[in-house]
Amino acid sequence: MNNEHTDKKYEEELKKLREEILYMGGLVEDQIQKAVRSLVDRDSKLAEIIIERDHEVNRLDVDIDDVCIRLLALHQPAGRDLRFITTGLKITTDLERIGDMAVNICERALELNEEPQLKPYIDIPRMAHISQRMIRESLDAFVREDTDLALKVCKDDDEVDQLNSQIFRETISFMIEDPQTIGRASKVGSISKYLERIADHATNIAEMVIFMVKGKSIRHLKELPPSV
Amino acid sequence: MNSETYAVQGNFDKVRSLAVKEVSQVVKEATDTVRMRVEGLSVYYGKLHAVKQVNLSIATNKVTALIGPSGCGKSTFLRCLNRMHELTPGARVEGKVLLDEQDLYGAGVDPVDVRRRVGMVFQKPNPFPNMSVHDNVVAGFKLNGTRDRKVLDEVAEKSLRGAALWDEVKDDLQKSGASLSGGQQQRLCIARALAVNPEVLLMDEPCSALDPIATTKIEELIHELKEQVTIVIVTHNMQQAARVSDFTAFFYLGELIEFGDTGKLFTLPEKRQTEDYITGRFG
Repeated sequence: MNNEHTDKKYEEELKKLREEILYMGGLVEDQIQKAVRSLVDRDSKLAEIIIERDHEVNRLDVDIDDVCIRLLALHQPAGRDLRFITTGLKITTDLERIGDMAVNICERALELNEEPQLKPYIDIPRMAHISQRMIRESLDAFVREDTDLALKVCKDDDEVDQLNSQIFRETISFMIEDPQTIGRASKVGSISKYLERIADHATNIAEMVIFMVKGKSIRHLKELPPSV
Repeated sequence: MNSETYAVQGNFDKVRSLAVKEVSQVVKEATDTVRMRVEGLSVYYGKLHAVKQVNLSIATNKVTALIGPSGCGKSTFLRCLNRMHELTPGARVEGKVLLDEQDLYGAGVDPVDVRRRVGMVFQKPNPFPNMSVHDNVVAGFKLNGTRDRKVLDEVAEKSLRGAALWDEVKDDLQKSGASLSGGQQQRLCIARALAVNPEVLLMDEPCSALDPIATTKIEELIHELKEQVTIVIVTHNMQQAARVSDFTAFFYLGELIEFGDTGKLFTLPEKRQTEDYITGRFG
């Protein structure tokens, strides 16, 4: 946003909202990274810390909702401020769900760490890496009002979907080969599914950014438009 | 449909999806939905060019709100719609103002008749202080020459009901108009304007001197009135424009910057200046 409001207090509050959303985004990104690390490094202590830290994500969700509702009630925003605040409200819901997914990953990691490792984890960290990048880029797109970057995030989702199906097929083959692995393989499959969901939430955020900037909804389309 | 001309064939709601391209471009709608059309309107106060080449259409039985910062020409524009600015010394008008395709500035058009067909309500309630409620309402109507008591009583009741004031004053129609509260006085003025059965009602910041409850009553009334009369309202309160109007025109420095569906203009305006104004980033 280039020029400032005549009302400085309002300007301050909008700025604070933007910062809080970014802070929350950074936090959930870190949650995913550490959740996956707790799995790869078989570090159950770390998993517990991450589960505990989800409270912080939840607190931010509630706080940001409060800030948005306050802004709506006190300033009756219009135009781009209105689109910014309502998008902020929705983004935090997605971020909060991502936080929950990180907790789910940790829970599975805690269970898997109790048993011998099924296989070396290669694709899971790759999925995590892409999902994290998608979250980061969707939020960058949000603050910079960059629809090209947002569209890229939407496209990147395909990559994560492919990795997920690949891992799914792989875990099935483990199960067929040796029924002893069913428990572990299905947990690995779940983690893959969580990461796939995380990427979907990041895509939601990117779609909202496109709506916020262009006023155009690209949600629920069969195919992504080449540009917005 | 040609998007360049945004012609609307008999359905004004279609404007919703159409973009207003250029400030200077004429907004052309199907004539059966347009009550007033303004073409190339310029207003000068001496050397000051207050309204610059404005083209605008006023849709029948809809509320059109004019917004913009002080001095942007919106009130001046409004006054041109019933030739009220002629009462201002030094004012000069160029361009056309068409009411049902008749140019209000054409030769042989009586300004008094124009003001009967295009009524006006002002910022401050201005009932005639020495007249009763009843006489206030029929004051304009009486000028037509009607003296029949029964007819006048009927007109008074109908107008007061129309202005949602009847129930509050029916017990004593003979009390002074000035004895009413501010909000009631404003509705009395609306009743007075309605008494002569106008086609268009112009409202120049009708709520700026009223408290929030009285304001709500007037806004509710605007919703009801648009069934029978076309309304053009100037307001400084953007939320009010958003609440009551179907279309909004944004004026800045005498120019019409943007015109469009109110819902769209307040959520996703086309022009940067409009966005800055509605979000409070002006100046």
